[in-house]
Formats: sequence, structure tokens, C-alpha cells
Amino acid sequence: MSGGPFDGKAVITGAGKSQVGRRLMRGGLDLTLEASLRAIADAGLTPDDIDGVASYPGPGAPQRGFSGADVHEVRNALGLRTSWYMSGIETAGQIGPVIEACMAVTLGFANHVLVFRSVWESTAQADGGRASVLFDGGKLPPHMAWTAPFGALSPANWLALPAQRYMHDHGLTREHLGTVALTARRHAALNPDAVFRDPLSMEDYLGARMISEPFGLYDCDVPCDGATAVIVSRRDAAAGLPRHPLTVESAGTGMFERATWDQRIDLTTMAAHDAAATLWDRTTLTSADVDVAQLYDGFTFLTVQWLDALGFAAHGEVGALLEDGALLALDGDLPLNTSGGQLSGGRLHGMGLLHEACVQLWGEGQERQVGGAVGSRPDVAVVAVGGGPVAGAMLLSHG
Amino acid sequence: MAQTYTRPDFRLTPTPEGDDVVFWTGGEDDRLMIHRCRSCEQYFHPPAPACFRCRSRDVASEPVSGRGRVATFTVNRQPWLPTLPPPYVIVLVELEEQPDVRIFSQLVDVDPAEVRIGDEVEVFFEHWAPEGGTEVWLPLFRPVPPSVDAATVSGEDA
Ligand SMILES: [Zn+2]
Repeated sequence: MSGGPFDGKAVITGAGKSQVGRRLMRGGLDLTLEASLRAIADAGLTPDDIDGVASYPGPGAPQRGFSGADVHEVRNALGLRTSWYMSGIETAGQIGPVIEACMAVTLGFANHVLVFRSVWESTAQADGGRASVLFDGGKLPPHMAWTAPFGALSPANWLALPAQRYMHDHGLTREHLGTVALTARRHAALNPDAVFRDPLSMEDYLGARMISEPFGLYDCDVPCDGATAVIVSRRDAAAGLPRHPLTVESAGTGMFERATWDQRIDLTTMAAHDAAATLWDRTTLTSADVDVAQLYDGFTFLTVQWLDALGFAAHGEVGALLEDGALLALDGDLPLNTSGGQLSGGRLHGMGLLHEACVQLWGEGQERQVGGAVGSRPDVAVVAVGGGPVAGAMLLSHG
Repeated sequence: MAQTYTRPDFRLTPTPEGDDVVFWTGGEDDRLMIHRCRSCEQYFHPPAPACFRCRSRDVASEPVSGRGRVATFTVNRQPWLPTLPPPYVIVLVELEEQPDVRIFSQLVDVDPAEVRIGDEVEVFFEHWAPEGGTEVWLPLFRPVPPSVDAATVSGEDA
């Protein structure tokens, strides 16, 4: 255990997930409470022990289905007495509130913080139609005013642009992107909770209908309904709890340029690079210490960006890592997105990746456990979420 | 095969306010208007009430040549709106005056299969006055015709 920004005081003591699936037709708060109560019980705590709550994005989500519950809705429903709470979207990606919870317990503002993220995009699309998901009231939300007039209505369009430039400048290929998708699907096949588990071949990947070049169907993650929660505790408050506490070794929160999708000085980098730089600045650990990586895959290219940003390859040279999918397999040197990621596991919007990092460090991945044998486990996991101007990263250890 | 530009029957149009208005209405005078800092003389986009580089508040929109290059692009193949049937080319154009200033737009009058990063393009405008909405001129781009020679290009810049 290294000192790090939280001096070893911030630990994860429990994790929980609701039912996850397509068009569950369950309410966002219902799913959120299911995940939250599971996480609390997983930590060996009761709701009376929870004195902090944090979540992304908080109230005012621009799209239906983007947020299943606000902090106060959960506090109210569970009758929580909180000494600290927060929610926000202007933070280090979808795991920003987890990082803030680490600060809160380190500073003594809380002992046990419930952090959750919930989505019900699949049901929202089913009951409201895609257009209403995008445009509540028919007026373009501010983040789309610069893009939607030109037929760019989806993040698939916005992120295809830097992807094409990276491919042009650095020789990344569609087969390289496909390796990310195939890796996720192989791991999803070993995860009974994953949304898509059927085998996917490179031929299937390349032959799928195109969405926005270079992205085809399998480059895009799948909207789903589901909630994820973790319990962030202060180490000295975690004594006697059933689980081995996972140490939060570092957190990456950097954002060095304007928050835009298209004006970054180097179009082949993203805010991910700033978050990654600060993640490594704050710890003595390095990318060579990482045993398992859970890297955001809203689109395959975002995983490429995180591999690049975190220094698993020199800038621009991620394609070489992806020549051989063996590297990213469960028995490879850098097991990637071991639950199937969002591409095959469902878009739990970052927090699903954190949940899986905890599962792996606790050695409870069953069929998909890194190291294979029951009880074996990795020591260090990196979790990195977001794309474009959204980015946050965490480094966890079993130590 | 080149797709000849035809104006669509409908687009989603912005409702600009404040600093953004000039960008969306410059097309009325056939001018692409880009924010520029009078202190450090750098352009920037999108508009803002201060220069993010030198923090000067002495900023305002100025007309630029409307010429630039394809910084990157994507051929969209997913139908999002009935009035914009795919395929069509979504583009980031880097300005001739300052390549790190990029305009998000659509590239028309072009064969999507022939578009390359670095291609020279020029602006034109589509006027929209949506009922109950705000009147705007959307800057679109098309390839610079091959008949235009370099002298003409630099002459128009001056
Ligand atoms: Zn300036």
C-alpha cells in the first residue's frame, strides 16, 4: 500500500448491482435501491451505518433514462442520516463522485459513503421513442446545438471524428477496434449477467452495418437498465467488516483544456490523457503494476484512448497492443473489461467497470476470474471512464 | 459517386443566445464569423466572452475566409432524421487562418468515399427561419472547386 492522495485511508468495502437488462420496465429508483441495499449488505453494514451518499449526475439530466435516481431520492427512500452528500456532473467522469467520497472519508466527513449510478435508457427508449429521448420538448439541449444541425445526433458521430483522425495519423485499423469488441464479447460469454453473450467473430464485427465510420454496430455499447453501487469507507471505520478492504491508491481527475468534443489541441487525445496524467502523478505505482484493466468502452475507440492515455503504449501506438487479442485475455498480461465491458455487458455508465474491478480484486469472478483458479486474484486494477471531455480514473489495490 | 447537394426539408436548428448569435447569423451577409482576441490576435471557437489563452476580455467576432481543410470526418450511415437520409459526411474543418480552430459541420457536394483528411473545403450557408424558432444561417462546407487556383485563394484572403 502506497501513500497516495488518500494516504491509504479510503477503501472500498462493498459493491452491489441491480438486475441488469434490456427494457426491464422497472423504475430507476427501484433499480437504484436494489443495487444500494445489495452494496450495503455486501459491506456487512446496514443503512443506519451509511452516513454519506454520492452520485453522478444528480438532478437535471438532459435525457430521459440518463439518471435513475438523485441523491435525495435515495436518502429519502432509505431514511439515511447523512453527515455528507453530493451529486454532480461537472466532475471526473461518471466515477467522479466515488473519488469525492474517497476525499470525504479521508477528511473525516463520513465513515461509509454509498455511491451509486443508475440508468434506465433501454426502458426510456422503449416507452418514449428515440426522438423524445434525445429532445425533451423539441429544443436542442446546449451540448447538441453545435452538432445536431449537421446531422450529428449521436456521440457515435462526435467520437467517430477523433477516431478517424487517430486512424489516419497513427495507423489504427478497424481490426484493432474489433479486437476490443471481441475481447469484451469473449469475457461476456463467461459472465451470466452480461447482456450480449453469443460468440462474436471478426467477420461478424467487420460485416455488421455501419453506424458512423469507422464505427459499426459492434463498436457501440448497448443501452440497458441497471444500477451499480459501491461503499467507500474510511479504513479505520472498516475494521471488523467481512470483506478485505480494497485500497484506493490513486485518482485521476485532470482536465487541462476546454471542455469540448472538437477543439482539443491534439485531436488524437482526449480529457482521458489529463486524467491519466494526474492518476500517475499521485502514486508510485505505474502502468507496469496493473494486473487488470477496466477501461470505458462506450465505443471501442474510447478503450483505445484510455490504453493510450494510461501509457500502456506510447502515444499513437495502441494498434500494436491490439494486434494480438491474447494480451487482453483473462490469462494475458493485461486482462481487459473482464465482465464484457459496456459493449457486451451493458452501459452501466462507468460504474459497472468499477464494480467489476472490485469483483476481480476480491477473487470472485468465477468463470471469468483473472488468474483462473478459484481464490486467485490480481493485486492492482485500473478503472478509467468517460470519453471526449469527460474523464476520470482510479487505481485500486488489494493491499 | 458524388452526391449533388440538395437542401433538406428540415433540420434541427439551434436557438443561439449571447456570444453565439453572430456565428449563426453571419451567413446573412455570406460571412463566416469567428471569435478573435484583439489582444493576442488568436481566433477561438466556440465564442466566449474572454480569450481562453490570454484572458483578455477584448474579444469579438470577425469574418474569416470561409476556407479550410478537413481535419477529420465521418460518413454517417445511421438514419437519425427522416429528412437527412444517409450516407452523409460530418466534418471538422480546420480554418485556413488558424488550423487549431475547428468548425463542426456537414460536407456536401461530395462523394463520401472520396473524402480525405486534408481536403480543401469552403463554406456556404443554409438559411432557416423555423416557425416559432430563431432565424439562423447554418455554415456548410463543400470541396473547393479544382478550377480555383492558389492565387485566387490568397487574393480572397486579403
Ligand atoms: Zn488572447
